[in-house]
This record gives sequence, C-alpha cells and structure tokens, in this order.
Amino acid sequence: MKRTTLWSAVAIVAVAGFIFASCSTDGGSPALGGSDAASQVYVAPGEKDLFYNFVSGGFSGQMSVYGLPSGRLFRVIPVFSQDPEKGWGYSEETKPMLMTSHGFIPWDDAHHPEMSMTDGVPDGRYVFINGNNTPRVARIDLRDFRTHEILELPNSSGNHSSPFTTYNSEYIVAGTRFSIPVPNEDISIDEYKAKFKGTLSFVKMDKQSGRLSLAWQLLMPGFDYDLAHAGKGASQDWMFFSCYNTEQAQSVKEINASQNDKDFIVAINWKACEEAAARGAGTVVDARYAHNTWSDKTHSATHTMESKVRVLTPADLQGAMFYMPTPKSPHGVDVDPTGEYIVGGGKLATVIPVMSFSKMQKAIASKAFEREIDGIPVLKYDACLAGEVKNPGLGPLHTEFDGKGNAYTSMFVSSEITKWSLKDFKVIDKAPTYYSIGHLCIPGGDSKAPWGKYVIAYNKITKDRYLPTGPELTQSAQIFDITGEKMKLLADFPTIGEPHYAQAVPAELIAENSLKLYPIEENEHPYVTKSPKAAKVERKGNDVHIYMTAMRSHFTPDNIEGVKAGDNVYFHVTNLEQDWDVPHGFAVLGARNAELLIMPGETSTLLWQPEQPGVYSFYCTDFCSALHQEMQGYVRVSARSSSTALKWNQD
Amino acid sequence: MSRLNQALVALGALCLIALYFLPMWKITLEAPQYPKGNELAIMIHVNDVRGARKNDLQNLNGLNHYIGMKKIEPDSIPELQYMPVIVAGMIVLGLVAAISRKRWLVLAWLVVIIAVGALGMYDFYLWEYDYGHDLDPRAAIKIEGMAYQPPLIGSQQLLNFTAHSFPAIGFYFIILGWLLGAWAWWSSRKNGATS
Repeated sequence: MKRTTLWSAVAIVAVAGFIFASCSTDGGSPALGGSDAASQVYVAPGEKDLFYNFVSGGFSGQMSVYGLPSGRLFRVIPVFSQDPEKGWGYSEETKPMLMTSHGFIPWDDAHHPEMSMTDGVPDGRYVFINGNNTPRVARIDLRDFRTHEILELPNSSGNHSSPFTTYNSEYIVAGTRFSIPVPNEDISIDEYKAKFKGTLSFVKMDKQSGRLSLAWQLLMPGFDYDLAHAGKGASQDWMFFSCYNTEQAQSVKEINASQNDKDFIVAINWKACEEAAARGAGTVVDARYAHNTWSDKTHSATHTMESKVRVLTPADLQGAMFYMPTPKSPHGVDVDPTGEYIVGGGKLATVIPVMSFSKMQKAIASKAFEREIDGIPVLKYDACLAGEVKNPGLGPLHTEFDGKGNAYTSMFVSSEITKWSLKDFKVIDKAPTYYSIGHLCIPGGDSKAPWGKYVIAYNKITKDRYLPTGPELTQSAQIFDITGEKMKLLADFPTIGEPHYAQAVPAELIAENSLKLYPIEENEHPYVTKSPKAAKVERKGNDVHIYMTAMRSHFTPDNIEGVKAGDNVYFHVTNLEQDWDVPHGFAVLGARNAELLIMPGETSTLLWQPEQPGVYSFYCTDFCSALHQEMQGYVRVSARSSSTALKWNQD
Repeated sequence: MSRLNQALVALGALCLIALYFLPMWKITLEAPQYPKGNELAIMIHVNDVRGARKNDLQNLNGLNHYIGMKKIEPDSIPELQYMPVIVAGMIVLGLVAAISRKRWLVLAWLVVIIAVGALGMYDFYLWEYDYGHDLDPRAAIKIEGMAYQPPLIGSQQLLNFTAHSFPAIGFYFIILGWLLGAWAWWSSRKNGATS
C-alpha cells in the first residue's frame, strides 16, 4: 500500500468513527439544554431564583450574593476590604468602618457567613461574617445588603471559629485559631506551652437594634480553636468548638500538631457562662478594640474604641465546660437539626465521629472523665460516642443536614460529598466534586429546620473545569439536587475570592424586606443637600465643602471656582432621586481614592486634594439616563496665593 | 315620590362624598424601565393630583423635564381649589331635591351632574393639551411635530411610554349616585303621566 493511500484510509476510518460516535448518542443530547439537570437550574429570563445564597469571599474579604438554583451572582457586599467600585473604605463616610486598634486596615480574609436566627431557624434579618486576619466580626443588614457593624476582638489571633450564633442569636461566637500571650506581650515563642492562651469570645446581639457588644471572653488552654456551632433543641444552651494542636506545638505545625490520635470538641454551656458573668465572675481587664457602626440615617460610620472586656477562666466555670476527644485534628463541628448529634470533621481521621448530646450529659453526670486539662474535664470518647461513619472517604471537613435524617459531609482529600444516615451512620451515597471541596451548604442546613432541596459544594480548585485564565483560576461552587436517594450534580458556577462557608435561605424571607431607596426626608447626614436650591460651597481654612446634588442628568453646582492648590476639597454629593435603581456615581480627575456610588436618597463624600492649578472635570460614572454623558462639571483650581473668589452656579 | 325614592336620591347625593377620599381618574405610564408592577401612575382627585405611590409624581416630573413639559404642581392648578366646593354644591342640591321630594329638582340635579361632568372632562382635556403642547423650547429632547398629550380616555404610545388614561373608583361613585337618582326620578313618575 502506498503511503498516501494508507493516510487516506486512516482519514476515512477516523471520519466514519466520528459519525458513528455522533449517531450513537441516544437522542437526548445534553449539549442543548435538553437534559433534566439543565432544566432544574434554568431560571428563565425575568423569573426569580428560589433561594438567596450568601457566600464568603475568603481572601477577597467580602461576601457575595448568589441566586439558587441558577448560580447567578447578584451582588458583592463589601465588608472587610476596600471596594473602589462602591467607594467602600474610600468615601469619608465608610472609612471609619475599617478602623481597628491597628489603625485603618483595608483588607481581611472573610470565611463564615452565618444568618441571624429566631428559634433556631434563619430569620432573614442579618448575616454575620468573620474577619480572620485582624480578628473582627461584621453584621450585614439584609434590608439594604450593607455592612452595618464591625466589632474587633481583642486577645484573639486568627478569628476562625466565628461567627456562629445561638438559637435566638443571643450571642455570636469568635474563637481564636492562634493562641497568643494574653495580654499580648513581648515574650519568646518558645514559651508557647507555658504562656500562650486561646480565647473564645461571646458577642452579645441586642435583639431590637442588632447592635453587638463583646460580652465576655473565655480564657482557654493554648490550642487552635477552629470552628464552632451552637446546639439546638435539648442542646440549645451549649456551644461546641472544635480544636486541634492539643500538642501545643508552635512550629512546623503540619507535623508537630498532627501527633495526637485525638484532639477535642469543647462543649460550653453558654447559659452557665452568662449566669457566671452576670454574677460578676472572672475579671474585667483592659483591652483596646474597635467598634464601628453604620447609620442608614446619617449614611455614615462611627468608629469608637472600647477599653474593657470581662475574661472568664475555666476555674470560674466549673461544670460548664468539657472536652470531648475527637479524632483527629477536627475541623468542622456541626450539630444535627434535633440537637442530639454533634459531628466532628476530623480532617486526618478515617471515620466521621458522631457524638451524642444525651450520652454526653450522662457522661458528665457519671463523671466519666479520663483526665483534666487546666481544670476542664476531658470526657471519655466512648462515653460520648453515638457512632462512627465508616469508610466515608478521606479528609472529612464539614457536615450539613437535610432535615430528613441525612447528613452530608465534605471530603477534602477524596474530593467528594458523602451522604450518610443519622439513623445507622451508614454511607448512602457519594458524589465527586471538582475539586477539593471545603465547605458545603444546604439552605438552612445548620439550623433546626433545613430546606433540604439542594446541597452546594464550595471547591478550592478547579483546574480543568473552566476555560483557562492563566495560572490564577477561579474557585467554584457546584449545586446538587438532594431530593432523591442519590445526589445529582446540576451545575457548576464560579465564585469570587475563595468560598468558605455559605448560607442559603428561601428568597421570600429577604426579598420582601429589601429597601428600594433611602427616603430623602429621613437623610440626617450633616452635609446633606435636600434641594438644588440649597447647593453651596463653603471654605473653612484649607477645607472646602461642596454641598452638591445629583439628579438626572446634572450635578448642582457644576461649575466651581475659588478652590486653591493644596485645599482639602470635600464633595458631599446627595443623590436626590427617589426612584428605584437610579444610583449616581461621582468621579473627579486626579482623586487619589476612588469614586462614589450614591444610592437614591443617600449622601456620600469624596475627599479631593488637587495640587496643581488648572481646570478639572468631574462626572457621573453610573449610566443613569439618556443624558448621562452630559452629567459633568468643572472645578477651577487656582494657585495658593491667588485671590480667586469662591463661586458656584445653581440650577 | 315615595319614601324609598326619596332615600335613593339622598343616597345618590351622598355617593359624591366618596370624591373627597377616592381618585376620579388615573393616568398610568408604562415603559421598558417602568414595567407593570413598577409603572408610574398619577391619581386625579377632586382636590389633588398625586402619585399612586409615594414618589411617582416627583419621578414623572423628573422624566418630563427631558421633553420640556411643565412640572405638575397641584398647588398651581386652581380647579383643585374650587372643585371641592362645586362637589359640595352638588351634594347639597341632591339632598335638597330629596328633602323637597320634587321630581323637577331631582331632574335638575341629574342634569347638573352631567353638565359639571362634561365641563370637567373638557377642562381635563385642556390641561392635558396644555401639558402636552406647552413645551420648553430649550428641552433636551425635541421631536418635530411631537406632542405629549395623554389620551382623554384610552391608551396611547408617547415615545418610550405607553400612557393609559381611565376613570378611577371615584368616577364610578358619581355614576352610581347618578343612576340612583335617575332610577328614583324615573320610577316615581305618575302612572300614565309623562312629567
């Protein structure tokens, strides 16, 4: 056979093979959305999703809001990180929100959204999220999807086991992942075992206003406190924290903190702590920590420094705190909807241990202790154990519940979700995730009454799942239908930052209360301008205050003269619109901060510090109307020594 | 005129009290950006012109400045000052007709309502014409030959907006009152008589 003939034959076989392969797909081509899975996540144009999904932004420091089942991204709520798009952390009003005892901090690492609860069920009022790096907790108000409060946590380092809430959000907790000297001091790291302590903070939430305050801190042995969840039902007065590094190693922890066969879940009776604190137990010590609050009347943040915190030690809390041994270096600690089962996610363990709250109570009553650590009894493992899930996969991390007697545990190492039964602790199903799932979320899946329709996996790596974008790839979420015996993968969607924990609730719980605008008559901003006729410019020394209004499609004033090089020019822009979805933006040439994005009825302030004489332009950055391009103006900047008088125009 | 008919005339007159509480007419404006459920609407009362929702009138005035339409400012519409007095007069006339039990007075009342109603509609038309045609020559959007007069009754496309103009619940109270009076007047005629 000649060479060309051979190649022709190969080509013919290849083409024929392709045709046969194409024909062999049995009718139901999934590529065109004909598959069952596609229709389950398809939300037609103009239709709305069933659930809100609040997903942590991880190292973006923010929180994202998705719709389920579509996986469509609606919004990124700036929390701990500056967001130039929204002026968050750049406008004069929002800068105080990012103040800490270390000064202005423009970034954090946000891990765990947790919704406020009433009677053990998400109530749709607030979502909390932790700042991991510079320890803080934030409260986001779900009427306007804005961060309304940020509270710093003293004596903490790596605020990871946070911000999990009790059944009526009486408290949200904040446990330290790094133990540190308390109070912090200049000592050798070699003194870890002797001097380092872990703190577990309980932040009280005022039911009426939502305002947070640091109620007390528990001073614990110097372990790494990793995650937490509150009890419910019979166990509702208890809070459970997982901890690792019970070896108390301070270096090469990946080896040195992985030696003990079992670490702990610490069970804390927070009601007993509350009573002890009310009695005046413990000591009130000096501590400096920031407390920043937002007002949607003044559209401004207030930054204050707190100076005291009550510290309780195990000695103050006899009978209120117990260690439950848990294999091995547990990460997640999750409580089933009945409150009876406490599931440890021993990330190096080969089983998933399930503790029983009622057995734990009996063990406490019968003093089934194996030893004490710093006055905290260590219960016997077998005395608390309800059962172990055998062969669940590798690297169990977190568990959520569907409310129908099933648990779903994320398996980081074997990259899958394992569904198992709370009746017999037997594995029912496994579904692969792409790849390396961290957290997972079922709507209401950590509450008393889950809406067990979907489980969403939040994956750390995606490798080949999407079109490549260079070395840096997106993280992802995957949504599974869990209404049947087997989990069914429906769709993948990319996430912002790195998704850790997430919360989901039915849309109607939040949508009905969502604000459309801020009533201008309720605007109490000190620099508000409620009508173009009230627009003006004032000079106070080197500070120039411009009282400006924005209304489709012009700023008032839009010609300003008399500013001098070196002035601090404050543009106080009030968006006078009272119509839904008509924000205005504001940007001025040479501003060293960002833009403003001003919602209807809101006032925001941009500081501008021009250095060179000339004429500078400003404009609306949000395409507000047909004549948006005309929504612009000029500021004349004169030399410091000039005598140009202040001058501005009105409508 | 029977006691029943007398009562019907009085009731008919009292129906007009509804005009002090309920709108007579509604103009609804829909556009791609103001779809059903989020449309703008203004309600015309005997003594006020106001948005169906809190900010509707302000938002409508805001949009209308692009085409140079005058702002709708209730305080500058004199009819809203004297219309309540005219309605009061009609109520009194109806009640007087009822008390007097005189058929010709009832008839007069019925005629006055129609006459006032017709004049009112004509006046409404003139206002619509004025708003639709008396445009600021410096307006940003100017289209040769285009006027923005909403329909007296019915629906019409005005640039990106569809304007719907229809009676509102108060108007139906006028009709109800009038029909009650008319029924009383008709049924109280003498057998075989025509007057």
